Amino acid sequence: MTDVSNHHVPDRLTTPLQRTLRSWESLLLAVAVAIFLLNTFASPYFLNAWNLSDATFNFTEKAMIAFAMALVIISGEIDLSVASIIALVSTAMGAAAEVGVGTPGIVLIGLGVGLACGAFNGALVTGLGLPSIVVTIGTMSLFRGISYIVLGDQAYMNYPDSFAWFGQGYVFWVITVELVFFLAFAVIYGVLLHKTNFGRAVYSIGNNPVGAMFSGIRVKRVKFILFLLTGLMAAVASVCLTSRLGSTRPSIAFGMELEVVTMVVLGGVNILGGSGSIPGVVIAAFVMGLVTFGLGLLNVPGIVMSIFIGLLLIGVIALPRLWNQFRQARR
Amino acid sequence: MYVSPDVSPDVTPDVRKAADALMTDPILSLDGITKIFPGVRALSDVRLDLYPGQVTALVGENGAGKSTIVKVLTGIYQPEEGTIRVDGQETHFPTAQHAADAGITAIHQETVLFDELSVAENIYIGHAPRGKYGLIDTARMRRDAKELLDRVGAEIDPAVPLKDLGIANKHLVAISRALSIDARVVIMDEPTAALSQKEIEELYELVDRLKAEGKAILFISHKFDEIFRIADRYTVFRDGQYVGAGAMADITEDDLVRLMVGRSVDNIFPEREASPGEELLQVSGYSHPTEFEDISFTLRKGEILGFYGLVGAGRSEVMQALFGITKPSAGSLVVDGQPRQIRSAAEAVEAGIVYVPEDRGKQGAIIGLPIFQNVTLPSLDRTSKNGFTRLAEEFALARKYTERLDLRAASLDQDVGNLSGGNQQKVVIAKWLATEPKIIILDEPTKGIDIGSKAAVHAFTAELAAQGLAVIMVSSEIPEIVGMSDRVIVMREGRMVAELEGDEVTPETLVRHAAGISEGSA
Repeated sequence: MTDVSNHHVPDRLTTPLQRTLRSWESLLLAVAVAIFLLNTFASPYFLNAWNLSDATFNFTEKAMIAFAMALVIISGEIDLSVASIIALVSTAMGAAAEVGVGTPGIVLIGLGVGLACGAFNGALVTGLGLPSIVVTIGTMSLFRGISYIVLGDQAYMNYPDSFAWFGQGYVFWVITVELVFFLAFAVIYGVLLHKTNFGRAVYSIGNNPVGAMFSGIRVKRVKFILFLLTGLMAAVASVCLTSRLGSTRPSIAFGMELEVVTMVVLGGVNILGGSGSIPGVVIAAFVMGLVTFGLGLLNVPGIVMSIFIGLLLIGVIALPRLWNQFRQARR
Repeated sequence: MYVSPDVSPDVTPDVRKAADALMTDPILSLDGITKIFPGVRALSDVRLDLYPGQVTALVGENGAGKSTIVKVLTGIYQPEEGTIRVDGQETHFPTAQHAADAGITAIHQETVLFDELSVAENIYIGHAPRGKYGLIDTARMRRDAKELLDRVGAEIDPAVPLKDLGIANKHLVAISRALSIDARVVIMDEPTAALSQKEIEELYELVDRLKAEGKAILFISHKFDEIFRIADRYTVFRDGQYVGAGAMADITEDDLVRLMVGRSVDNIFPEREASPGEELLQVSGYSHPTEFEDISFTLRKGEILGFYGLVGAGRSEVMQALFGITKPSAGSLVVDGQPRQIRSAAEAVEAGIVYVPEDRGKQGAIIGLPIFQNVTLPSLDRTSKNGFTRLAEEFALARKYTERLDLRAASLDQDVGNLSGGNQQKVVIAKWLATEPKIIILDEPTKGIDIGSKAAVHAFTAELAAQGLAVIMVSSEIPEIVGMSDRVIVMREGRMVAELEGDEVTPETLVRHAAGISEGSA
């Protein structure tokens, strides 16, 4: 062997299987399976294809936003205005429907408003250098406020029949349009984050924004695009939700931003930025959906459900840390 | 390792003679102090005496161990060996509180105070006067604070928040705080670095007043004019070792400079033959509103251009402007014959200019990302296809450059944060070499890394120049500048004050120009 091989540095010390087994995602998957089994025993109505299909509505819309939110949080920022973007997008679509715009026009207007909201957030964060948590708490009130001014206690309900496809349509047997959207976006965002240069830039910014800038990463451009993406995904979710409900009220999706953030954090994304994965968020979406659906079958009221979700979040995040402390204490 | 000190006996002043002139017993006396960090002997058998009513100047280059001894004195570091005596009684400072109780207080370069609290609260934090029910007696605290501020000649309202004060007044608050705990030993670490000439004069008056009150003062400064203006005694450290002490009256500027740098440096740096090629970079009239003015120089292929100056001379700021991090207010740039405007680091990398920053943890390495991803971050365009990453290509590129630098790591997938400083530096350099740059700027490339890695970085820098890269090396370490550079630009207070070549590059001339000592003033 040559001299260099004395300090030979291997590419990796672990195999892909080892990394998978040790990952947060595996733990979460085990939790998901456990909840699925518990539900199966707790209620005879659980293992029913149509019931399970209905249950997916519990998470598909939130999860679509959560994919984009995961990228924003990994980059070290946050977007708390997403639920309000849903309201503003829905209001714009409702107004368009009132004046007789067709379904393709309605959707395009919705996506345009979502992108505009995201651009507004992104410009304030990257252009003026304001903290995103402050900016998006502000725009959270602003966007929903506009909906309240436009609608007051009224509602838009005159959507064309074809608009119902997004939230009420089925692609095949029990597979809903929303579920297909959810799976498609899971793949798109998974590839974007884990397989592209853009995704790598997101991780580098989240771990060290200054170092990323000093490495020639265009930090502001990347962050602006991320806010555009959350705006766009909120608009997609708004199309689905509005279509499913068939009406727009200014209170639509109220408080959903925190459920989205919960899903992202449960999926193993570090709330301080720098790490996390899309598969984790996908499993977290199923976990949250299964818990809500299972408790619903047992006639547990909504307030109690949110207690369960909160405990689940704290529990799943605290357990690994407690386990480590326990192991270190025994040494 | 450095060769042993090469100081002729005639420049070493006679310590006993000096002691006779200022005969009194020291308040604080350190002897045989040794402090070891992993891989580095920061202090090796050093001594330091501080006398009441006298100012002792601690003189030495960067890395001489000045900051370390201050931390030993204030109880932040515990020495492996040696004794500390206060009033002749042997003692030790296991915590900072113990040192404070012994009456030792330090006023740091960047004064550690609380911006949002009032001046009075800053002075009395931790020992505020108590009134009824154990609550803080604000009125008395402000009265006492006013008294202390008057004593140091500061016209400051004790009720205003600290953040409303300028840097000079913050220093006065820090000094008032020292007085409030009845300090007997006051350590001033480069107190004038950020002050204007008028403020410096006021500080001198204050030091004179503290002397009159019988305080022992340790004064750390790189500026010779102020050492000779203010100090009664001097102590010189070099490479963590004590090299001499005495009375200021008995030494000349020349001798003090020689004592400080006195070593031969030629034999520890790589031999290289300077053969600069064509001109690669031309900087004209680069200026910044506050940091630097009218910087103009050229750089050739295969050349190592050193930038020397004191901390705060504006060297890093110039380099960061060349790298597109800060915007110059005036000036132009020609890279490889093409006029260029560089507005971001990304544009600098495109133009072939890369920058290895001084602040490795914050600006250099991306801690949290694995080694290979750190290396490939600026080169992703080359390792990827249509924007999609290709891991095999990334590992290959990372391997190629980390092997050239002889990186020591468990694997390329390891978090760069788990590496030693020297190996982190190698990752940062590998990252830039992988972009195949034309010009590499090294800002304090060996700061805080062990001797072995230092030698590796030096050898590698020489190799890069030999391969035709143009190198700019910013350094505060004189041996490094002297040993490595073909040409040296000296900066002082944001301006170029000298451009030295060949035999002109000596430790003495560098120190003179950087500190602003006129030729033959001694």
